[in-house]
Amino acid sequence: MLLALVLVPVLPALATAAFGWRPSVAWFAVADAACLLAGGIWLAVDVVDGDTAYFGGHILRADALSAFMVLVIAVVALLASWSSVGYLRSELADGHTTPGAARLFGLLVPAFIASMVLAVLAANLGIMWVAIEATTIATTFLVGHHRNRASLEASWKYVIVGSVGIVLAFLGTVLLSYATQHAGPGAHSTLDWDAMRGVARHLDPAVIRVAAVLLLLGYGTKIGLAPMHTWLPDAHSQAPAPVSALMSGVLLSVAFYALLRVKVIIDLALGATFLRNLLVVAALLSLVVAASLLIAQRDYKRLLAYSSIEHMGLVALAAAIGTPLAIAALLLHILAHALGKTVAFLCSGEILLAEGTTRIAGVHGLLARRPLVGGSFGLALLALLGFPPFGLFASELAIARAGFSANMGWVTAAAFSLLLVVVAAVLVHARSMLLGEADTPSVSPRTSRGAGVPLVAGLVALATIGITIWPIERLIGAAAHVVAQ
Amino acid sequence: MYSQLLGVAGGVALVAAVLALWRRSLLAIVRILALQGFAIATVALLLGIHHHEVAELIVAAGVLVLKVGVIPAVLTRVVRDTPNQRDTEPSINTATALVAAAVLTVIAFGATRGLVDLAPSPETELIPVGFAIVLVAFFGLVARRNALTQLVGFLLLENGIALVALVATARVSLVVELGAALDLLLAVLVLQVLTSRMRSKFGALDLDRLTELSD
Repeated sequence: MLLALVLVPVLPALATAAFGWRPSVAWFAVADAACLLAGGIWLAVDVVDGDTAYFGGHILRADALSAFMVLVIAVVALLASWSSVGYLRSELADGHTTPGAARLFGLLVPAFIASMVLAVLAANLGIMWVAIEATTIATTFLVGHHRNRASLEASWKYVIVGSVGIVLAFLGTVLLSYATQHAGPGAHSTLDWDAMRGVARHLDPAVIRVAAVLLLLGYGTKIGLAPMHTWLPDAHSQAPAPVSALMSGVLLSVAFYALLRVKVIIDLALGATFLRNLLVVAALLSLVVAASLLIAQRDYKRLLAYSSIEHMGLVALAAAIGTPLAIAALLLHILAHALGKTVAFLCSGEILLAEGTTRIAGVHGLLARRPLVGGSFGLALLALLGFPPFGLFASELAIARAGFSANMGWVTAAAFSLLLVVVAAVLVHARSMLLGEADTPSVSPRTSRGAGVPLVAGLVALATIGITIWPIERLIGAAAHVVAQ
Repeated sequence: MYSQLLGVAGGVALVAAVLALWRRSLLAIVRILALQGFAIATVALLLGIHHHEVAELIVAAGVLVLKVGVIPAVLTRVVRDTPNQRDTEPSINTATALVAAAVLTVIAFGATRGLVDLAPSPETELIPVGFAIVLVAFFGLVARRNALTQLVGFLLLENGIALVALVATARVSLVVELGAALDLLLAVLVLQVLTSRMRSKFGALDLDRLTELSD
């Protein structure tokens, strides 16, 4: 079962290898993502009562937290692959990409999704690390999909900063293993999460402190927390829209999942304070960076990228608070952000195809000219800013409540004041893109066929979890219990 | 004898990281990287012989093939394909580089005292050396603005981490080590492709020409 979840996402890559990129293969990828979602639901039902599923001894392991992450990955994969059918078809028709590049796209996206699934199902912190590093390698050429100078610069920065970050996480992982080896008589070196959690109280604090800093720096780079965020706006704005959606919507959260796994062990060894202080600094710094760079932002794809830094800052704040309520809010926030950011990035792809520019100043009157894409983009932005009825409203409210009840009122108040700046900045930019007179007639006023379906589906799902979190409430509760015992 | 040899190998690895800071010839820098890889393979070999462990010897052979053979060969090709770019302007002068390396080494030894104290042994004495390599390599990585020196900086840093991993843990697990080695190899190949694209778009490996993206 668990093995199937890792292998299913690979199938479209085999299809692409055999037939090249073509619409039928792309539709197969959509069906395949739907299968992954079905498998994720099956797994979630299996583990929602606090059970843990294993495969092959202790190679793969799934508890409620893993199942939740598989669902997030599958939902975004479904929306992104659905939208990429039309996206690539338009790009090929307009000559923006070559069949070779489309083929590479069809090979790498499945590899990327499969390595994210492996990361959240790995029983072993070492294998989890290998899978997360593999996502960097799989996505580099996707960032460089357009083969121009800007995307080349973005891919270089992405792979250098990302790789250096992630090897620091490896060093932290090695030190965790070193500490378990000397945790007491009969202890042995291991990276198995269950075994490490078992001996976590006996780990040497001096070693764990160094390991914690390295793990936060390393996974923090992949999460895009300031000050390690420098690669993120470039990579997320240069990648083709469906890839941006996957990178912003889930890859950041998968990296955060890794941090949550090691946080459990670090907190047992050191108490919660040590990592909490570091996370609070990273969270506030990320919010400051995002808010200040959103104000004068000129590019709407970069705007979405900075919004991701802002949301990861909020997630880091929730992790710092660390109570069961805060972790449940964190998970809801991850899911809601995944949906909102996916819809927003997919819209940005449609806007770019039609308008031919990513400059905010180059796009006007979108709502009147292209109601479906413009409306979805506007709603997705409102959702990302935390307006009701969407899921992020509920999760941000819960994070604020958790913060005030955990005696972190000042930090929470500071964070939410920065959010107000973000709201004001994004609303100004959104107004100028969506409303106002179009100064030039639209270049090619068309939307790629079927593009609206994933956008509307994503928004409906986002509103549903905002109004009633019923379908996933128990799963989120069980998953939060894994992190905050 | 065993601990002396370990010390020498670790010392060579650290000196290599410092040398790479200020050398100008790209080919020389690649050779320095290979030398450091050789020093680390030697550490793995010494551990294997001392502990009579076959798995360690296999790891030593793997390190030798990857870090002394394959990766330097790939990088040498990158240098040879860039005929007018064999030398690089160091943005730091030798004296500054040496002082910085000394300061970073002291910091590394100070910060990792607690790690050695947990289990003092000839092997774990090398943990601070590994950390010093990481810091020195990181300094070189941010100080130099050439695609190839950045790539070498990353690999030197990774070597420092490999050294810590070797001496700190009895066995991480062969699967994880294989996965990590594969990831490293793929990352180098990806970077190699990017350098060749960079050469065809910009005509050089000078990263100061990357100025399209900013806020």
